[in-house]
Amino acid sequence: MSTTFENRRQIGAAPRPDGYGGRRKQTPLREPIPLKERPTSPLPAPSDWTFELIHDYHEVIKATAQRFGLDTYPNQLEVITAEQMMDAYASIGMPVNYRHWSYGKEFISTEKNYRRGHMGLAYEIVINSNPCISYLMEENSMAMQALVIAHAAYGHNSFFKGNYLFRMWTDASSIIDYLVYAKNYIAECEERHGIDAVEELLDSCHALQNHGVDRYRRPQKLSLAQEQARRADREAYAQQQINDLWRTLPKKAEKAEEAAAERRFPSEPQENLLYFIEKNAPLLEPWQREIVRIVRKIAQYFYPQRQTQVMNEGWATFWHHRLLNQMYDDGYLTDGVMIEWLKSHTNVVFQPPVGHPAYSGINPYALGFAMYTDLKRICEKPTEEDRQWFPDIAGSDWLPTLDHAMRNFKDESFVGQYLSPQLMREFRLFSILDDEKENELEVSAIHDESGYRRVREALSRQYDLGSREPNIQVWNVNLRGDRSLTLRHTQHNDRPLHDTAQEVLKHVARLWGFGVHLESVNGKGELTRRWTVQPPEQ
Amino acid sequence: MLHQIIDRRLAGKNKSIGNRERFLRRYKEQIREAVRRAVDGRGIRDMERGEDIHIPKRDISEPVFGHGQGGVREIVHPGNQEYVKGDRIERPKGGGGGGSGRGQASDQGEGEDDFVFHLSKEEFMQVFFDDLALPNLERTQLAETPEWKSHRAGFTSDGTPNNLHVVRSMRGAIGRRIAIGAGSRTELRELEKHLEELIRDRRPGDAEQAQAIAETEAKIVLLRERIGRIPYLDPIDLRYRSRVRVPVPTSKAVMFCLMDVSGSMDEARKDLAKRFFILLYLFLTRHYEKIDIVFIRHHTQAQEVDEQNFFHATETGGTVVSSALVLMEEIIRARYPSGEWNIYGAQASDGDNWHHDSGRCRELLADKLLPLCRYYAYVQVAEEEQNLWEEYSQLVGEVKHFAMRKVTEASQIYPVFRELFKKESAPA
Repeated sequence: MSTTFENRRQIGAAPRPDGYGGRRKQTPLREPIPLKERPTSPLPAPSDWTFELIHDYHEVIKATAQRFGLDTYPNQLEVITAEQMMDAYASIGMPVNYRHWSYGKEFISTEKNYRRGHMGLAYEIVINSNPCISYLMEENSMAMQALVIAHAAYGHNSFFKGNYLFRMWTDASSIIDYLVYAKNYIAECEERHGIDAVEELLDSCHALQNHGVDRYRRPQKLSLAQEQARRADREAYAQQQINDLWRTLPKKAEKAEEAAAERRFPSEPQENLLYFIEKNAPLLEPWQREIVRIVRKIAQYFYPQRQTQVMNEGWATFWHHRLLNQMYDDGYLTDGVMIEWLKSHTNVVFQPPVGHPAYSGINPYALGFAMYTDLKRICEKPTEEDRQWFPDIAGSDWLPTLDHAMRNFKDESFVGQYLSPQLMREFRLFSILDDEKENELEVSAIHDESGYRRVREALSRQYDLGSREPNIQVWNVNLRGDRSLTLRHTQHNDRPLHDTAQEVLKHVARLWGFGVHLESVNGKGELTRRWTVQPPEQ
Repeated sequence: MLHQIIDRRLAGKNKSIGNRERFLRRYKEQIREAVRRAVDGRGIRDMERGEDIHIPKRDISEPVFGHGQGGVREIVHPGNQEYVKGDRIERPKGGGGGGSGRGQASDQGEGEDDFVFHLSKEEFMQVFFDDLALPNLERTQLAETPEWKSHRAGFTSDGTPNNLHVVRSMRGAIGRRIAIGAGSRTELRELEKHLEELIRDRRPGDAEQAQAIAETEAKIVLLRERIGRIPYLDPIDLRYRSRVRVPVPTSKAVMFCLMDVSGSMDEARKDLAKRFFILLYLFLTRHYEKIDIVFIRHHTQAQEVDEQNFFHATETGGTVVSSALVLMEEIIRARYPSGEWNIYGAQASDGDNWHHDSGRCRELLADKLLPLCRYYAYVQVAEEEQNLWEEYSQLVGEVKHFAMRKVTEASQIYPVFRELFKKESAPA
């Protein structure tokens, strides 16, 4: 590929500090570049924004971000109305998406809550694409627009570009194209096969969405054109494969038959249910396979976001805080602007304690922001405790340390690696063990010397998608008999499946076309529960 | 680094409309049921507004594989106040065992909450019309106001000569003449003053002075001419009366609702009758500014009542239909002279009548009521044909503005009005 060319061209040339291509990793700055010249007067701060003002603020924010060495995709700021914000909300935050009733439901409830004043809209939506699109809402004041630009266009944007999960799983440059393609393809299918048929299929796919991602295997990155060119081949080929798999002609020798009876299919359990269905479901038509694929691809695109909520929001919050404060120190921002954004910043990072009426779990903004801030503190002013817990980073330069922490972790490992005892004390974290065999809950660890490690481990596990979502895999297909599909749920800590499993199984059966079984197996390998859905009537 | 700021506010609003329609389509049954209930609960007059639709949350949930209660879980919470390691806490009842910690409890909880959303007025009427199997043509007719009245709306600068407003036009002309001539007139005044001075200081025989006077006089003449050339009336002065067409229902109508409330009229039949009355009312609202509704219920005796009593009170006893017709005629004579009011009659019954009375009903209708009415419709909300049906049937061919129909479900109501709609839409 073209990498070799690039390498050859670079031979003998000294690396230029500003010449990084989109893909190559930028070495982080060791410390912020100092300000060249203080401005003579702060930026104007009327409450109403104008395009010129947004431009001016953006220039300063950009320059400040560059002084900290934030590496981002190019930015595209789009001003939208509240209605458009609700539209964007409803279609999972994407600017285009295919039509489905569930997005309508989402829209109706968002609209209702907004109209009644039960909720404010988010200040921003940012899309992991190249260029990175950030939505600025028309109703925001100038100070809020500055906050949103710093938060989304520099915080989230640099996270999208830097974090390893996003680098590995998502292709920012092609997602919008792909969504446009998906929208058109599904609209075409609706026309050809009827809205009902497509809707049923999408319902079933959505039910399995969370189990339609590859967790370990890295997908190929293809451009839209390649994707489309390959679709036709894939459809023809896949059908052939399936026909072969389900060949009904008797095998020649008895020996072969015996071997076939023992043959497991799939030979190894598979975790990506949608992928398995797309490739192997006997009765799906080619267009149905393509739709399964579309849902799977989009689910895969969102997979990193589900795993990096604390890190991503924390990073963006940390940077809007850092950048705007820096701009204030440099003399760009007035006191009024500061007070306005700080108020909303404070609301965002508020962590209500357990038992508080507003408590609904740990606030990812609060935790993430606190962790990055704490990390900076550990670098700059380490205590004795920090030196013990974090010998590598205590006292190091904070910029490269934070950059490293942003790039190479997901929530689970980030918490496991960097949650400091001091922060646990600040949040007064404690863990509760809930064992159904016991009558009472037990406080298993609190924020003290003997509990730090346990609390940290427990919190880390809490962010592990593997334990948050049940582990369900394709176990076996009865090739010789009724063609039924068996899924296996391996219980984690003896946690059973929710009762909706039966409903989801109906969706699986609809896709598979034959009977489907689901077995729940506990840690000792004993079968604890079994669900069965009869083959759907054709 | 490239960057752009784009104004997207004008582009692509209402992108979610398509998704909303799909949602409504999927829950058509529940929505129809809710509309049905709403129609039942509402008065005839306030049919045209939106409605909140409740759908049980479990009906619209999208199932996914998830963990249920039980097993071993360890959850971290912030804000420890009093606990130390090893403390035991009573298990909270019913909840998610100390909070699910993920904010999803409300989504997956007991599912008792309803998903509530608002059906707009248009959507509500759409569903209502769907139920009545109303053809599209009539839907648009019902949705539009066919009569127009023209109203004055100030003045415009163009129009037809018959709308010319002379006073306004002249006023404009004067203003223009003053404005355009102002400079010249000032100059003229100065010159005249100058001329006066010259004449006053005249020394006889001074040729130079005479020359100056002559020049000034010439200038004055020129200016006067110029002022004179300012047009008296210019096309830009013209003002016309502006008239706009405003949709207005024209005049007043009275609608008589006659219903049998004897024991055999159960709730379902009354509901059919109510829809029949609603449809007539809706139709009339498009055509008339003021509509009175008179409710007459009857068993062996007729009685004028309010809407609440009309639909919801139950009576028992025999049936004498003519009593209602007599009462209707009395009311018309007393309160609604047919010269001023458009009278519409709508009668609903299960067809049960005292058999000696039916013939009298027909005579009453044919001789007294039908000549007064613009339209009279009768629906029988039961299947079997009894003597009232037979007697009324004789009228169908003879009188054009009489219609009758047997109705056992809502979709059969509309044909009763078919003639009526046709007649009204023809001249329009």
